[in-house]
Amino acid sequence: MATTTRTPADPTKPASPKEPGRLRRSYDRNWYAWAMVLPTVLVLGVLVLYPLAQGILQSFTDLTEANQQEVICTKTLGGGETCEENPNQAEFVGLKNYVDVLTGQRGDFWLWFTNTVVWTTACVFFHYTIGLGLAVMLNRDFRGRGIYRVLLIVPWAVPAFVSAFAWRFMFNQNFGLVNAVLGKIGIDPVAWTDHRWTSLFTAIVANVWLGVPFMMVALLGGLQSINNDLYEAAAIDGASPWQRFWNITMPGLRPVSSTVILLGTIWTFNMFPIIFFVTGGEPAGQTEILVTGAFRAAFEGIRNYSLAATYGVLILSILVVYAGIYRRVLSKQGEVF
Amino acid sequence: MSAPVEVLPSLVDVPPKPRRHRTPLASVALHGTMLAAVAIALFPVVWVFLSSLKPRQEIQRSTIDLVSSPSLDNYRAVLFDTNFPTWFLNSVIVAVFTMLIGIMMSATAGYALSRFNFAGKRGLMWVFLLTQMFPVAILIVPIYTIMANLGLIDTKLSLIIAYCTVAVPFCAWMLRGYFDTIPKELDEAAALDGLGPFQTFWRVILPLARPGLAVTAFYTFITAWGEVAYAIAFIQTSDNYTLGAGLKQFVPQFNQRWELLTPAAILITIPAGIVFFFAQKHLVAGLTAGGTKG
Repeated sequence: MATTTRTPADPTKPASPKEPGRLRRSYDRNWYAWAMVLPTVLVLGVLVLYPLAQGILQSFTDLTEANQQEVICTKTLGGGETCEENPNQAEFVGLKNYVDVLTGQRGDFWLWFTNTVVWTTACVFFHYTIGLGLAVMLNRDFRGRGIYRVLLIVPWAVPAFVSAFAWRFMFNQNFGLVNAVLGKIGIDPVAWTDHRWTSLFTAIVANVWLGVPFMMVALLGGLQSINNDLYEAAAIDGASPWQRFWNITMPGLRPVSSTVILLGTIWTFNMFPIIFFVTGGEPAGQTEILVTGAFRAAFEGIRNYSLAATYGVLILSILVVYAGIYRRVLSKQGEVF
Repeated sequence: MSAPVEVLPSLVDVPPKPRRHRTPLASVALHGTMLAAVAIALFPVVWVFLSSLKPRQEIQRSTIDLVSSPSLDNYRAVLFDTNFPTWFLNSVIVAVFTMLIGIMMSATAGYALSRFNFAGKRGLMWVFLLTQMFPVAILIVPIYTIMANLGLIDTKLSLIIAYCTVAVPFCAWMLRGYFDTIPKELDEAAALDGLGPFQTFWRVILPLARPGLAVTAFYTFITAWGEVAYAIAFIQTSDNYTLGAGLKQFVPQFNQRWELLTPAAILITIPAGIVFFFAQKHLVAGLTAGGTKG
């Protein structure tokens, strides 16, 4: 095979004279492996890692829509163009953006941060607990469980922004269904978007509704990988259902749980459309989370690209630190992640 | 890095717990909870659908009427008097291409990650996880700049590329877990029969991985179909809007057009529902595959 010569050697597998075929086979396989991963790696490199580096650089400049061009070109009478250097080009400003953001001189970082933490904690908690409850029930054998399962996944098929509109519609102060129902049981209608916490509450409800199916399906998969014999043995030993749940089900779900909670946290932290459409930051930007706040900074009004990049770097740092701590805590408990 | 294996709903199923004796009360409680959960899961969709049939004045009334003077006028208005059909078509194109490219890329990458031990594999897995953490805020401006330099701003292609970067890492991760559940002996048998790795992948593994691919297709489609931030940032003319960006025009701060928004929401959910329906068959088939083995 001619292709083998182009393959980089795998340093982890030293050549063994006794097995001439093995090394060569590994070469062959590695070549194919890289060919198969290459498109993904290229796309990620060009469109994720390179922009990431760019974004980090931009966060140290004062780049905005106005000063992004390197040259300014003007049409001349003859139909040609003359270009001269943009006198107001974006400049390197060091840590100014970070200082401004973290001290609250621009934007509302700490308010948005608090919102993000409340939002993420509440959403992930309810996603997980509700998803787990439903998964445990669906894991039993009873009539119609297939149909229940299909119907319960339906919210997953609804695009996030559609569900956002649907919930905003139901939480409408004047004609929304929620207030109508409250009226029926004698409670005054609530002006949901007029207060920070009620407004955030509506967004959390919408997102919980949207996110439970993924958790449910993932946990159901996890439940089904737990060996039934364990339950049989526990039942014979006289363990109560509650004891079985805590001592067999929960430990058995650990690998799945740790992954979906980490992913769920990251996704919720960065969840854009729900906040953007359900609360729209109402009242007066008080329910913005970091991602939506940063987006508005970058793409509404004067497009302040550098400020958005600064927020981006801060968000990413928070998540990386979180993931690192999370992983460390898990590995302390003996979980290899 | 073994955990993600189970994330893909371990579609290969183990039989449910055997039906034990259950008291009638427990049965009622179980079905009652299930029915309540299903009602909550379906209700927003049903309510928006019912509202979409009502004339404008009826939608914005505080009394609860399930149905009052239903008609399809709102649908007619959305389909013939607005740009909605254009946005819809744009979204279909973007989502379908994202789905096709996404499946191809994540399936090959996932297979390689599952089967071959190559240098840099672990690092790659970490990069995939890391990409899930990238907030839209940090990438959107540089990607915007790249797209602008390539002259792709205001095109569908820019969105397709951007969505692939969002969906592919997760799908590759997920599919790698699924491929792990397919016995390696099959690859070896295929190799003995003289098939190369690509042929093994194409002829033997892919057909077996259909449930996993269905979930991937579903995920990539939904990602592209429901994305908003890139769509608002990259697309500038109404003719090129996708649904997420276009629909925003129906709900400005004042004078919200709920009589347009509700039918639009229902129409938007239909293609997602169709994709869901096909994926769901595989999903449930995958989930119950082991059930018959006893």
